[in-house]
Amino acid sequence: MDEIYAAAAAAFGLILDLDPDLGEIVVLSLRVSLTAVALATAIGLPLGAAIALFRFPGRRTMAVVLNALMGLPPVVVGLIVYLMLSRAGPFGVFGLLYTPGAMIVAQCLLIAPIIAALTRQVVEDLWAEYEEQLRSLGAGPGRAMATLLRDGRFSLVTVVLAGFGRASAEVGAVMIVGGNIDHLTRVMTTAIALETSKGNLALALGLGFILMTLALGVNAAAFVIKDVAQRRQG
Amino acid sequence: MTAGQPLAETAPILPLELDRVSFEAGGRRLIEEITLTFEAGPRTLILGPNGAGKSLLLRLCHGLLRPTTGRVIWRGPGAALGPGGPTRRQAMVFQRPVMLRRSAAANVAYALSVNGVRWKDRRALVGEALERVGLARLAERPARVLSAGEQQRLALARAWALQPEVLFLDEPTANLDPAASHAVERIINGFHQAGTKIVMTTHELGQARRLADEVLFLHWGRLVERSPADSFFTQPRTPEADAFVRGELLWPCAPPPEEA
Repeated sequence: MDEIYAAAAAAFGLILDLDPDLGEIVVLSLRVSLTAVALATAIGLPLGAAIALFRFPGRRTMAVVLNALMGLPPVVVGLIVYLMLSRAGPFGVFGLLYTPGAMIVAQCLLIAPIIAALTRQVVEDLWAEYEEQLRSLGAGPGRAMATLLRDGRFSLVTVVLAGFGRASAEVGAVMIVGGNIDHLTRVMTTAIALETSKGNLALALGLGFILMTLALGVNAAAFVIKDVAQRRQG
Repeated sequence: MTAGQPLAETAPILPLELDRVSFEAGGRRLIEEITLTFEAGPRTLILGPNGAGKSLLLRLCHGLLRPTTGRVIWRGPGAALGPGGPTRRQAMVFQRPVMLRRSAAANVAYALSVNGVRWKDRRALVGEALERVGLARLAERPARVLSAGEQQRLALARAWALQPEVLFLDEPTANLDPAASHAVERIINGFHQAGTKIVMTTHELGQARRLADEVLFLHWGRLVERSPADSFFTQPRTPEADAFVRGELLWPCAPPPEEA
């Protein structure tokens, strides 16, 4: 038990001292995950809305596949991206393997299906309510899509947050394609895994605290913003 | 009308003709071979007990539903013009209007934007439409926090801004208290005076008496009677309409013929 207290105390020491190594890891983690979320949102929102609104052959199948992809194991995504980006792979020429770029690609692939699948659900529910009115006003499918994404913005914030949560918490994919290289591709989750196995519990715990605080902070902020905006907008 | 109202000056799309229109859903025939023509002018009220097919008929006319058999044809010279054709010249107000999550004014502007009215021209049209329904003061209020009556008036403003040639209304006062209903009826008459053809459903006899120039009486998906309002209420020609006008509920005692 004493060891844990000691580790916790050391962890807070690192955080309060603004330890440069720790800071570097936190900044890189945020950069990778936020970029991945931004890209996945740009792909997932229109894709999910399109599957909800447009009638085309294979639409049902696509919805089912998306739902299944929500449960993609991060290590499998990591492996696939690794194969694609390795020297012998189709995208090897870009030299992305073991760079933050590769980690962004992997996280993006991991969470784009989540954002798309949840968006489809949100937009489909809204469409049930809006369809007659929008068609009556003369809105075509493209216009309807933009309108529903806008009117569903409060629910979609939660959707994007789910993606961010998944991206910032996963360790398998970034470990494989990033390699956990110090000062280069080491992020919070890979560092925690490494430091724990080395027995360096203070740094691992410190990172763990920061990771949790960030996740809680982002979610709380989003909740408050959503709540206030929703009360104003009705 | 005045300049800057690009939706106004075009050839009419009326008359609207329904040619043996039927509609089926779930294996049941809900609209039974209705043939009729709507001409410009008189306010047409579609009456009938619940489940008579009033709302369906309105949706078939408006183009939200496709008839299972038969055709809905806009006969006017304006109907052939432009992409989207007649859809742009007709509007519909629903029993429960759907308001977008934005201000009242933005809801009206949205309808104009969808119909290709340029950004510069929208502002004046929005202001005029809100003024028309008495919501100018609430223009910047989020539409979803307005009361039911205000939302329905906003829906009418949205339609007003489009300057439709035909306005379909599906029981627009069914969820409203008497004062709000009265306001809505006044606005509907405003449309009528501005030259918009009114086609409206209601199950409220009093409202029909106040608004109707002519009455279509529907029962079990059939067009039972079409009469000028005066004669419909004083001497209906069919026993079903007679029972309805006298306030006797029809539907519990008269099953549809084909299911009997």
